[in-house]
Amino acid sequence: MKGRFVRLAEQGRPTVKLTVDGTPIEALQGDTLMVALLTQGSALRQSEFDSGRRAGFCLMGACQDCWVWTRSGERLRACSNEVRDGLDIVTTQPEAIWPLHG
Amino acid sequence: MATARLSTHRVVIVGAGPAGIRCAETLLAAGCKPILIDENRRDGGQIYRRQPEGFTRDYTTLYGTEAAKAKDLHQSFDRLRGLIDYRPDTLVWNLTPGQLCCVSQGKHSTVDYDALILCTGATDRLMPIEGWQLAGTYSLGGAQIALKSQAVSIGHRVVFMGSGPLLYLVASQYLKAGANVAAVLDTSPLGKRIGALPKLLARPGVLFTGMKLLAQLYRAKIPVHLGISPLQVLGDAQRGVSGVRVRTAEGKTLTVECDAVALGYHLRPETQLADLAGCRLRFDEASSQWWLATDEEGRTSVNGVYAAGDGSKIRGADAAEHAGRLVAMALLEDLHQPVDAGLRDEQRRALALMDQFRLGLAQAFPWPAEQAKALPDSAIVCRCEMISAGELRRTVSEKGACEVNRAKAFSRVGMGRCQGRYCSQAGAEVIAAAAGVNVQLVGRQRGQAPVKPLSMLTEEVSP
Repeated sequence: MKGRFVRLAEQGRPTVKLTVDGTPIEALQGDTLMVALLTQGSALRQSEFDSGRRAGFCLMGACQDCWVWTRSGERLRACSNEVRDGLDIVTTQPEAIWPLHG
Repeated sequence: MATARLSTHRVVIVGAGPAGIRCAETLLAAGCKPILIDENRRDGGQIYRRQPEGFTRDYTTLYGTEAAKAKDLHQSFDRLRGLIDYRPDTLVWNLTPGQLCCVSQGKHSTVDYDALILCTGATDRLMPIEGWQLAGTYSLGGAQIALKSQAVSIGHRVVFMGSGPLLYLVASQYLKAGANVAAVLDTSPLGKRIGALPKLLARPGVLFTGMKLLAQLYRAKIPVHLGISPLQVLGDAQRGVSGVRVRTAEGKTLTVECDAVALGYHLRPETQLADLAGCRLRFDEASSQWWLATDEEGRTSVNGVYAAGDGSKIRGADAAEHAGRLVAMALLEDLHQPVDAGLRDEQRRALALMDQFRLGLAQAFPWPAEQAKALPDSAIVCRCEMISAGELRRTVSEKGACEVNRAKAFSRVGMGRCQGRYCSQAGAEVIAAAAGVNVQLVGRQRGQAPVKPLSMLTEEVSP
């Protein structure tokens, strides 16, 4: 799967360049981080409690399933933060993971 | 004298959706300038959520049959914006009597209040299904936000599953926007809808709109199945969703291939702040969930704390506008200000019809409590921390935890990132079924501060 989300309209917006896990990507101005990442990939992050990949759930800031981080360690909800030129996003928590379920 | 008092009375509204905006508008017209705090960056709440600047779809494309209402609310807000103290992108994460704890862009601050009006809205109400933790399963409201706010579909082939008016609304919006709708799978059987017709006729226009949406789906030859029992979201942990399996009303197993599922059973209120303020909640028999206990006009059990909209009682966006006006008038009256009795009666009459209608909706699209009982032990209840129905049941059978908060302490169901928003109601049903008691008797998950996770990097700012 190339992208999980499918763009249906509003595709004439200017592009924004950012970096995700060290790889440069292009998104459209006004995209949330979630849309930028999921129009080009199938997941946002790794679950801390099992082997599953996660791609968000509620899109309204209630479930907290879409956390990503800036390289400097700031946590962002991908559903409610927009892309910006030069943003450097990492999709693994910049700390040790916490394997509760092995 | 009265005006002087009003101008020094610190009124804070939390939430800039239909209830909060109409409340602010009514207060302002009476000479009271409220502080309006909203977690979102733009006004409108969820249902009338605005698309980002630079997007060009018009109101009809975005909001369909609700276009005129959305435009009116947005225009009302645009007129208010410069005249009130509007604080977007601000989360109220805790409160004490007379003071709110807020965080905005990583900075913490406090806001003092004399009167607090909670218009905190709702989120989707979810019932787990085996496999719902797989990437590609979204809440129904989330699926709508993807389309409305970002012009994307949540997948290449989307199944809509659950029950309630939103199921048909979002499916038809996806269809109209050119998305690939694989099926609409509704747990509610046809008979329930027919039985609810007398109550639904309280709002014939809304009922007709709903029937039109259904007709659009049939005309587009989208498979619509009523009275289904969800069995499983199919797929694997790495690639996510690959389909859904349900049992049809005729008892056959039906598998639908898809890469996304929009799942939801109407709405649940965001009552955490009211709970922290000490407001009483009550169990609503019709919808089988806990709502805020308020009087007809929105006064909670705590002096000076008011509530309106879906955050106190799920009646939908139209009702929220009326309730927002009404709660503002209640506050004005409590402050011995004159209120327009005609306007107040108009709101009351409209709300009476909407109360009747919402009882019809609860009957037509019932919360599928029996699914919790039927969940296999292996199904995940808490998708934040991957805790299964079996683990939760064992806290009842082995530790005797028949109360929601005690079972949460043992099992962690309700303790993860979403803080119980998406698991605690279904968790309560699992506990009640395992304990063999009515769900009302196992209680409800208490609100805890912070009501949403805060970053350790949050800075304190001196007021």
